[in-house]
Amino acid sequence: MHIALFVTCVNDLMFPDTGKAVVRILERLGHRVGFPLGQTCCGQLHVNTGYRDEALPIVRQFVRAFDGYDTVVSPSGSCVAMVRHTYPRMAEGDPDLAALVAELAARTYELSELLVDLLGVTDLGARFPHRATYHPTCHGLRELGLGDRPLTLLRQVRDLELLELRGADQCCGFGGTFAFKNPAVSGAMLHDKCAAVLDTRAEYVLAADNSCLAHIGGGLSRRRAGAPRPLHYAEVLAS
Amino acid sequence: MNDIPIPYGRGDLDGPARFQDAARPRLRDGLLRRNLRRATHTIRDRRARAVTELPDWEELRETGRAIKARVARELPELLERFEEAATAAGAVVHWARDADEACRLVTGLVAETGEDEVIKAKSMTTQEIGLNRALGAAGITAHETDLAELIVQLAGDTPSHILVPAIHYNRHQIRDIFRRAMPEVDDTLSDEVADLAEAARRHLRRRFLNARVAISGANFAVAETGTLVMVESEGNGRMCLTLPERLISVVGIDKLVPDFADLEVFLQLLPRSATGERMNPYTSLWTGVHEGDGPRSVHIVLLDNGRSAALADPVGRAALSCIRCSACLNVCPVYERTGGHAYGSTYPGPIGAILSPQLTGIEANRSLPYASTLCGACKDVCPVKIDIPEILVHLRGQAVDARRAGPSLERVAMRALSWLMADPHRYEAALNTARRGAAPLVTALGGRRTVRRLPWPMSAWTSSRDAPLPAPESFRDWWHRTRDADDEREEVSP
Repeated sequence: MHIALFVTCVNDLMFPDTGKAVVRILERLGHRVGFPLGQTCCGQLHVNTGYRDEALPIVRQFVRAFDGYDTVVSPSGSCVAMVRHTYPRMAEGDPDLAALVAELAARTYELSELLVDLLGVTDLGARFPHRATYHPTCHGLRELGLGDRPLTLLRQVRDLELLELRGADQCCGFGGTFAFKNPAVSGAMLHDKCAAVLDTRAEYVLAADNSCLAHIGGGLSRRRAGAPRPLHYAEVLAS
Repeated sequence: MNDIPIPYGRGDLDGPARFQDAARPRLRDGLLRRNLRRATHTIRDRRARAVTELPDWEELRETGRAIKARVARELPELLERFEEAATAAGAVVHWARDADEACRLVTGLVAETGEDEVIKAKSMTTQEIGLNRALGAAGITAHETDLAELIVQLAGDTPSHILVPAIHYNRHQIRDIFRRAMPEVDDTLSDEVADLAEAARRHLRRRFLNARVAISGANFAVAETGTLVMVESEGNGRMCLTLPERLISVVGIDKLVPDFADLEVFLQLLPRSATGERMNPYTSLWTGVHEGDGPRSVHIVLLDNGRSAALADPVGRAALSCIRCSACLNVCPVYERTGGHAYGSTYPGPIGAILSPQLTGIEANRSLPYASTLCGACKDVCPVKIDIPEILVHLRGQAVDARRAGPSLERVAMRALSWLMADPHRYEAALNTARRGAAPLVTALGGRRTVRRLPWPMSAWTSSRDAPLPAPESFRDWWHRTRDADDEREEVSP
């Protein structure tokens, strides 16, 4: 299968190892990975902050960049949720864009959806001899309904000890520009999330979104030296 | 097309402060946060258990949503039907465009009885219009009879939750409030729940027996029969509805349901979502007046106060489907940490963040749509399936569009980013610039890839978390370096 990788702007600039991990996983499974160079960002920042007009050119660029690919995969629950649920709303009133968006939304997958549902693989032959806990990010959990898929994959990783996270389904407080517009509330939510992560005594905190992980990791490193390190679960699967 | 603007609502729907400013002192109040945390977690767990008992819960939600959508479509006809049926049953129906008009109407209806005291059943709608204040200005004292409303009133406070107005107090604090404000209570009152309830019961009994006028709200108004419905836990509401000679019910026009049979759906959805109970202890229904039974005159004030304006918004109108169960408050991580007062409006929490700005117009409440991380917990529990995150984003769009004419640093930044991200070449150049810009910083930090403190506006981020820095090599540069990307390059749009 020829799979196009949507790496996301945050990963491209800040966390390239996550994208490399996805490439490694898929190539190991014998698939050809394409990286459409026309890709930039999904426009989530703009839409969620209220800048719909400014988001539309980004949405159009995204649709152009991935036009013609059968399958698009991304290691980000929130960006996939954006394409799948928000793009159709953005395209209302533009039948041409709406048609392209509907097609694209139907074949865009978060990594664990692609692996478990489409490719039918749960054991990727990975080994990661560490203690880790998993934080299901809000968009992955509720908007995409990823359910147990990431954990199903992680449970197959050799020598990985998965520790339960108290209040796992609670938001970490990131929320895109929420962290900037309501820094105090965001900080209070982060404080509680960090406390729950620290209580697990894990070495790593895993998730399906590097933006949430940057938030949690940024809070953890401030709280204690040697605190659990944030890591995208794709990098564990690729190890 | 009718281009006369639909009037917005007034009253206690917006506060003086922005949400982020009003939230700050509340976040520092450790006791408040503990009280809120305990209460919301208790109710949310109970709700979660209660809804799993019903195998058709999802169908019920969908039916509830569909009924409310029909109400939105047919509201004018339903209101006329309601007025007709209620009038035929002996009630007097009044119409109020906004808070001031409603307060004037109610004050007049009380004044003509010659009474200077009224008892009140718990009612969000009368809080919304600031009725107690208006009555007070006319020399009429309103006594709240709902236990939680009573606590809040005695404390000189305002409600902080839709269903549990005194959620921000624990029982020690409530004992102190009673000791201070109830003349018949002395310092021996304990903080045992039974003792507190007994004190409130004694305090209220005299009021129930003496009151000649009562004011209530309603949870539902049935268009078919002209019936009003109130759902409550204590029976104090029922005392208000049955004992006095005159009953004045203030009802938002969003409370309409078409037919009596629709109650079957909502009387299942509401108690389970609200308190996690299968059935609430008291459900009262009243239709007009009845010889020798209940109040001799029933007045119904149908209140708009911005509801028509909300109805005119095809996306936002779903907020009017709200049945005030407060399930969204109990699961909201933002509400859990700030409590209801930070929202400034009678309607707090996620539903308030979409309802209040629509009732008042976005300018009066422009910070509320941003009082959410869009985590979606509210949408998952809503018994009538209101897509709260979608409406929050929609209203953020309105907040931005309303100020397109003025200067805004944020907009300049968003436009610049949009310009970069709409073109892969510009975007790639920007990535490289960011990476090169960060390189000396990484060196200065001894190779560490996080920073402790950044200048404004990034300082909001580093106020409580370290910030990551760009990687030494972007993903796309790695791809260029390691892959034969010829086939992909062709796909870059010109």
